[in-house]
Amino acid sequence: MRKTASLLMALALLSLPSAGRAADKVSDGAVRIGVLTDMTGFYSDLAGPGSVLAVKMAVADFGGKVLGKPIEVVSADHQNKPDIASNIARKWFDEGGVDAVVDLVNSGTALAVMPLAAEKKRITLLSGPGTTAITGDKCTAYNVHYTYDNWALANGTGREVVASGGKTWFFITADYVFGKSLEADTSKVVEAAGGKVLGFVRHPQNTSDFSSYLLQAQASGAQVVGMANAGADTINTIKQAREFGVTPKQTLAGLLVFISDIHSLGLELAKNMYLTTAFYWDRDAASRAWAKRFQALPDNQKKAMPTMVQAGLYSAVTHYLQAIQAAGTDAADPVMAKMKATPVNDFFGQGTIGPDGLFRHAMYLVQVKSPAESKYPWDYYKILKTIPPAQAFPSVEAQACPLVKK
Amino acid sequence: MSAPGLQESRALYRLGVITPARKRIFFGVLVLAGLALPRLVYPVFLMNVLCLALFASAFNLLLGYTGLLSFGHAAFLSSAAYVTGYVVKAWGLPPEVGLLAGTAVAALLGWLIGALAIRRSGIYFAMITLGFAQMIYFLAVQLPFTGGEDGLQGIPRRPLLGLIPLESEGAMYYFVYAVFLAGFFVIYRAVHSPFGHVLRSIRENEPRALSLGYDVDRYKLVAFVLSATLAGLAGALKALVMQFATLTDAHWHKSGEVVLMTLLGGMGTIMGPSVGALVVVTMDNYLSGFGDWVTVIVGAVFVAGVLGFRRGLVGEALHLARNFPF
Repeated sequence: MRKTASLLMALALLSLPSAGRAADKVSDGAVRIGVLTDMTGFYSDLAGPGSVLAVKMAVADFGGKVLGKPIEVVSADHQNKPDIASNIARKWFDEGGVDAVVDLVNSGTALAVMPLAAEKKRITLLSGPGTTAITGDKCTAYNVHYTYDNWALANGTGREVVASGGKTWFFITADYVFGKSLEADTSKVVEAAGGKVLGFVRHPQNTSDFSSYLLQAQASGAQVVGMANAGADTINTIKQAREFGVTPKQTLAGLLVFISDIHSLGLELAKNMYLTTAFYWDRDAASRAWAKRFQALPDNQKKAMPTMVQAGLYSAVTHYLQAIQAAGTDAADPVMAKMKATPVNDFFGQGTIGPDGLFRHAMYLVQVKSPAESKYPWDYYKILKTIPPAQAFPSVEAQACPLVKK
Repeated sequence: MSAPGLQESRALYRLGVITPARKRIFFGVLVLAGLALPRLVYPVFLMNVLCLALFASAFNLLLGYTGLLSFGHAAFLSSAAYVTGYVVKAWGLPPEVGLLAGTAVAALLGWLIGALAIRRSGIYFAMITLGFAQMIYFLAVQLPFTGGEDGLQGIPRRPLLGLIPLESEGAMYYFVYAVFLAGFFVIYRAVHSPFGHVLRSIRENEPRALSLGYDVDRYKLVAFVLSATLAGLAGALKALVMQFATLTDAHWHKSGEVVLMTLLGGMGTIMGPSVGALVVVTMDNYLSGFGDWVTVIVGAVFVAGVLGFRRGLVGEALHLARNFPF
């Protein structure tokens, strides 16, 4: 009998450590953040290594630990291919113990990883992809869409340019889903604001010769040429628009332009262009202080100022870590609830995350300065207007997301 | 076009190294190993290998056994993947129906493309198939149901036959494994049947096969359709495993990759393409940290393979076995 009792005691003791582990609130002893981004392709300047840097900076600023457990950062290159993104994320979830996948610049990769993450109850924090489907009909309960979406870009640039007198528009559109949806969104906004769309022309992705498209834009006589394309295509359009004399007679409106694009173009080519951004480093004291710290990081070899994608990512990761701290666990459900319940208030912006996962904050309509106006390095934008959150982003009720109760 | 691997395996038959009994044991061990593998290796990786191994084996039926170099097999892989994905996701049908629908579309496409392409041979044949594959790629970019460059995402894994749940990777693996074995068996039977012998005679000497009274075009077309169908089966399976169908599978890179797998593994050997697929997928998977350099490394391996061991991995192994006293 005594033997049995001691055996039971021993068994009880043996089971203790596992009971202790179950009470442990951080899965597999660490909070792991996976940065899945474009490390080498056409988004690598605006996200890429800079995004990894921003996440590492956020983790370091947080103290490297949450709930007494280390925070680890892993990163990988999704090469802008949804299948590669999905494979890496699946491996991270199944074998790597990754709790959150962040960045996912390029809508295709975001849409590939989101349902997978939701299925495995892990969190995605998106900074960079634009499609409105992310918080629309393809929304998931474990996702936050942080920096901007196409609606905000179209709305900001479209409405404000019309209001400032650019009534007639012509679009040069990249002939794939992203470009077409951006063009459609912007056309709607332009027409709603009393403007007129005179026409559009579609070009294949990665075009080097825009001459025939630009001549059509010129022949249309539109006041504004909207560029519903991205990256190298936008840069080529801007460069050749100058060569063909489209600018300065007609004004270019960039629908998706980043400060890294302006930096590589130079102000002479980009001057006077309108664009909408979620973040500009020189906006106020807090953004300046943070951006200068980012620029001075030893790993930031190009000494580049952060793009809105990178700044948004820092803010998103910090908010995520604070939510883990507040929830006392890294389990996805309570952390998501905390993230949505707590308003964000930092150098990046003020706002809240809606039930659809969209972070609504102020956006800024800016105009690119001319070389004469620019006083110091990276002094590129004039902020023309701050678009308040309610106008910058679609309202919760307007979203097609099934998570939104109507 | 000769297939050195095939000659090696025939020589081994003659020498009595390969006997029916030994072959049964070999395949038996392989099949059992396949059953046990998911306990050791990450199942999604294995499923990816199986899908591409079936794809490469189907391609090998055409290149290795019939002597037709198709440069458009991505068309069959991707069209089946898109159709399967769409049928399962948008129409809410079970996976087996999706699989059949995707495969059927690939077969139909194979018949259409094949009927035109087999009228020419050599480089012209390759260019015609490439041309058609580019058209399919264009359709995949432009048609609304494919989702363009976003791809068709979030294809659900519904229960098989309405009974067997496939959500877990383990269950899915055994389903994929069963389909792979079935597909592989079809190829094996085709190669070792009188039909397969006619194909080989066409590859060795087409005018002679014609003069012997074989309707060469008909045989070529049947081989093409069979190859397209099985490539489609692989694509349909891949869509169910990965839960997406994307442009990557429609791109001509994929058509090139399958040539690489087949040559690397050993053209005209039954196991070669599967070994090639394993090597290429492993490289893709474990070298992905190198980013763009993957292509360069894979290219270098290909050049080394073609220059160094022209029979392919399996072909070289068979060649070694030939000179090995048993």
